Amino acid sequence: MNASVSSSVTPIGAAVRRKEDHRFITGKGRYTDDMDRPGQAYAYFVRSPYAHARIRHIDATAAKAMPGVVDVLTGADLATDGLGDLICGWMIHSKDGSPMKMGSHPALAKEKVRYVGDHVAVVIAETLNQAKDAALAVEVEYELLPAVADLATATDGEQIHECAPRNTAFEWELGDKAATEAAFARAAKVTSIDIVNNRLAPNAIEPRAAIGEYDSGDEAFTLWTTSQNPHVARLVLSAFVGIAPENKLRVIAPDVGGGFGSKIFIYAEETVCTWAAKKVGRPVKWTGDRSEAFLSDAHGRDHITHAELAMDEAGHIIGFRVHTRANMGAYLSTFASSIPTYLYATLLSGQYAIPAIYCEVDAVYTTTAPVDAYRGAGRPEATFLLERIVEKAARERGEDPAEFRRRNFIKSFPHQTPVIMCYDAGDYVASLDKALEVADYKGFPARRAESERNGKLRGIGLSAYIEACGIAPSAAVGSLGAGVGLWESAEVRVNPTGNVEVLTGSHSHGQGHETTFAQLVSARLGIPIDQVSVVHGDTDKVQFGMGTYGSRSGAVGMSAIVKALDKVEAKAKKIAAHMLEASEGDIEFKDGRFTVAGTDRSLAFAEVALNAYVAHKFPTSEIEPGLKEGAFYDPTNFTFPAGCHICELEVDPETGVVEIKSFVAIDDFGEIINPMIVEGQVHGGIGQGIGQALMEGVTYDEDGQLVTGSYMDYTMPRAGDLPSFTVGMTQTRCPSNPLGIKGCGEAGAIGAPPAVINALTNALGTEDVPMPATPSRVWAIAQARASRLAAE
Amino acid sequence: MYAFDYQRPDAIAAAAAILSADPEAKALAGGQTLLPTLKQRLAQPTALVDLSRIPELSGICATTEGVSIGAMTRHADVAASELVRAAIPALADLAGMIGDVAVRNRGTIGGSLANDDPTADYPAAVLALNATVVTDRRSIGASDFFRGLFETALKEGEIITRVDFPKVEKAGYAKFRNPASRYAMAGVFVAKTAAEVRVAVTGAGQSGVFLWTEAGDILSSDFSVQAVSGLALDPSNLMSDLHGSAEYRAQLAKVMLKRALASITG
Repeated sequence: MNASVSSSVTPIGAAVRRKEDHRFITGKGRYTDDMDRPGQAYAYFVRSPYAHARIRHIDATAAKAMPGVVDVLTGADLATDGLGDLICGWMIHSKDGSPMKMGSHPALAKEKVRYVGDHVAVVIAETLNQAKDAALAVEVEYELLPAVADLATATDGEQIHECAPRNTAFEWELGDKAATEAAFARAAKVTSIDIVNNRLAPNAIEPRAAIGEYDSGDEAFTLWTTSQNPHVARLVLSAFVGIAPENKLRVIAPDVGGGFGSKIFIYAEETVCTWAAKKVGRPVKWTGDRSEAFLSDAHGRDHITHAELAMDEAGHIIGFRVHTRANMGAYLSTFASSIPTYLYATLLSGQYAIPAIYCEVDAVYTTTAPVDAYRGAGRPEATFLLERIVEKAARERGEDPAEFRRRNFIKSFPHQTPVIMCYDAGDYVASLDKALEVADYKGFPARRAESERNGKLRGIGLSAYIEACGIAPSAAVGSLGAGVGLWESAEVRVNPTGNVEVLTGSHSHGQGHETTFAQLVSARLGIPIDQVSVVHGDTDKVQFGMGTYGSRSGAVGMSAIVKALDKVEAKAKKIAAHMLEASEGDIEFKDGRFTVAGTDRSLAFAEVALNAYVAHKFPTSEIEPGLKEGAFYDPTNFTFPAGCHICELEVDPETGVVEIKSFVAIDDFGEIINPMIVEGQVHGGIGQGIGQALMEGVTYDEDGQLVTGSYMDYTMPRAGDLPSFTVGMTQTRCPSNPLGIKGCGEAGAIGAPPAVINALTNALGTEDVPMPATPSRVWAIAQARASRLAAE
Repeated sequence: MYAFDYQRPDAIAAAAAILSADPEAKALAGGQTLLPTLKQRLAQPTALVDLSRIPELSGICATTEGVSIGAMTRHADVAASELVRAAIPALADLAGMIGDVAVRNRGTIGGSLANDDPTADYPAAVLALNATVVTDRRSIGASDFFRGLFETALKEGEIITRVDFPKVEKAGYAKFRNPASRYAMAGVFVAKTAAEVRVAVTGAGQSGVFLWTEAGDILSSDFSVQAVSGLALDPSNLMSDLHGSAEYRAQLAKVMLKRALASITG
């Protein structure tokens, strides 16, 4: 930290309170549902009650005659207007070279419905209640088809999409198969594991919502929507769905109450509201309720995996072989195909030097809600698999899992893994050692004995995770099938009075950008943080942006701001040189002042800003008036946050209740802008990770009905379920971006599940503990353990 | 929510008259089940008859036998009541364990009993304590009151006015919460009088709350944790669902019985 920075400046690394919180806490946030447009009508969707059915006939005559009904629209109307399908923007090719089989995904179903909650028709009425009443009167004649709800048997089920035999979207591979097989052939020991990574519902506090509006004068649309990436929404709705050209479609994502990935995607609801606004000549509003969120928000995870780890005599990992079946749900959602492939298998090397890795992924359709990115997106699945098998391998070798990990850690950087990624920096031994110390790993046996005296089973488990964030170098992801580049843009507008607006393509929906981004500008320009406003989420204001996901807003979004600030500083120096009658090369900028080197002649930043606009003191033939610069930043690499989490827990064998006694998270996120916000991100992530491990799980029955359709059955972690976390940091600077940032948004959700399950398997003395490890499941396992011990 | 008429009579007779005249009208007590049901359009009553302004339905008083609790008394008030705590401390404890703070501040004992949710807490206390449910028409003994899932002895339009709890020598309640809903997966209320021990189980039974007579019989002759250590509950009539098998609920009932006893016997 720079001690000479004036007190009015908020330096990088300061734990300042979030600027946006006053607005949120006092109820002054403005969310999509808070907006009302003149003449607005309300949309309510008729959803399929069946998992799989052919639509024989839709009769909306009675519904259209109901009070207040403006219109009832169906897939046939979409077709009449020539609207395109919703798309998946990442092309994956199968092993045989064939492109993935992308089933048709109209925003309103045409021939078939493919999951419970699928969109059949929309009723637009004067009030929401009238729309709901009329929705009941829409007569849909279905021809039922067998549901395909079980991932394990889905390839033998009724075909869901005409283009996808055996319900397979693709069969993909990554890595060197021959080298991996050779490693297994010479292995001294092989550990194998079967893993189910449970399906999760994203559960943002704010449900999805949309208002579509059409201005017949300008022939232009405006869409207010709960989006993590409004420009991408505009791009898809323009270029693929074909609602309007980009210059005639404005997308605004105002305050958004959490996303966790689920608001990246372009869904049927906002598509229909936008299109329908022109069709009915009224603004059309839809706000999802919690039941609709459970049914139709894209879910996360849902893998079945068999994997094997090959080791030599000395306990070095020499090969890793993985076969995963990934559930895609009924349709390929916007980025669904990239999640179990390039965001998953590329992380299978973890923190370990593994010379040979081969991974096969079969992506399979089922008659369930689409599955796409959810906090971590592929990386939690990879980490869970690897950290479980590593733990198991160590135990089978009779070795301390911490020492087994330490032996196999990557210790020099850069490190090229066999699965694409080149890790730029890290110190895995440092985070392991610190975590072991903070968790008092050595004292565990004594604590376990104490628990045993109290009739409890105690366990400890490690997880040494890595993730790839800062998504991502555009050319690299392009070569892997991405339909877009993953750079970010920023614009820094300095006003004549010296305050600043930062326009960013990142979107804040809980991450605190209004604070951290302002902190960056404050520190750089030497102006108070409250003189910096962050503008985001509006395609009419921000020129373009790729949005917020994959812990990219710091590493990529802020790097773009740094580039724009570089340009602002360069131009301001030129102006200052004229004002100070010095040569440009002699101007130094520090602590908010431009100084002629070696003199006491200086100007405040605000003076230079004013002069940039007054333009009295420099030749405008050489320097344009004004002080506003934009930049696009394309990352040179992914970033690689990593860390070590240790969970210690106690099982009550009488009830199966698991109590987490301590949870230690030691993370390396590179440089930190605001440690308080980072800590909050870690806490939230761990909460979701523990939720996945012990509580959460989406369940469909064999007919494809959603069993966990409300909080009566879907277990969300509550504060009382979680311990007080012990979080700490180690630090290696990220060499791949100007700020040295790695990203922190997903680490908790990635690191926590294997730490918890490794602790639980340790406590229960069996490797076979499914997620979520609910009390009833844990009790059954503890019972089996007791019987086993009694028999011995 | 569908449209409905809203009525707020200030006397029991007036409320009863509205409910008798219109079988589609529903009494509104604390609304902790009814209002979410309405919001989800799972019920469409013609009218809600709000009982909250009828003075004689609320309040707690000591009786010669024990304590009497007005039907519209909120859970939070029962939990905080010195009268209840003096007569039957376990009943005050149970009320303090229902739902969360918001539910306890709105939910009522009468509403809970009339709804007879198989995972509600109060039915276990009423049954184990052998309380009397008093309505605008009659008195109903606890053993006759509960008739199955969401079914009670109440006739159409009949309004619970109060519940009379007899004082007991000792009582205790322990429950295991459903991890998702936090309703009881197994809640066990143990009540000991000079004559007998009654054990009621909520949350676990396929037909709602029930008396665990075997446990009561054993404890009647030997009131100790040890006496029931070998006892098992037959799972054949217990619920089985996503959150646990019937066998698991049987186990939970057993553990909760032990914990309820431990809370009494120390």
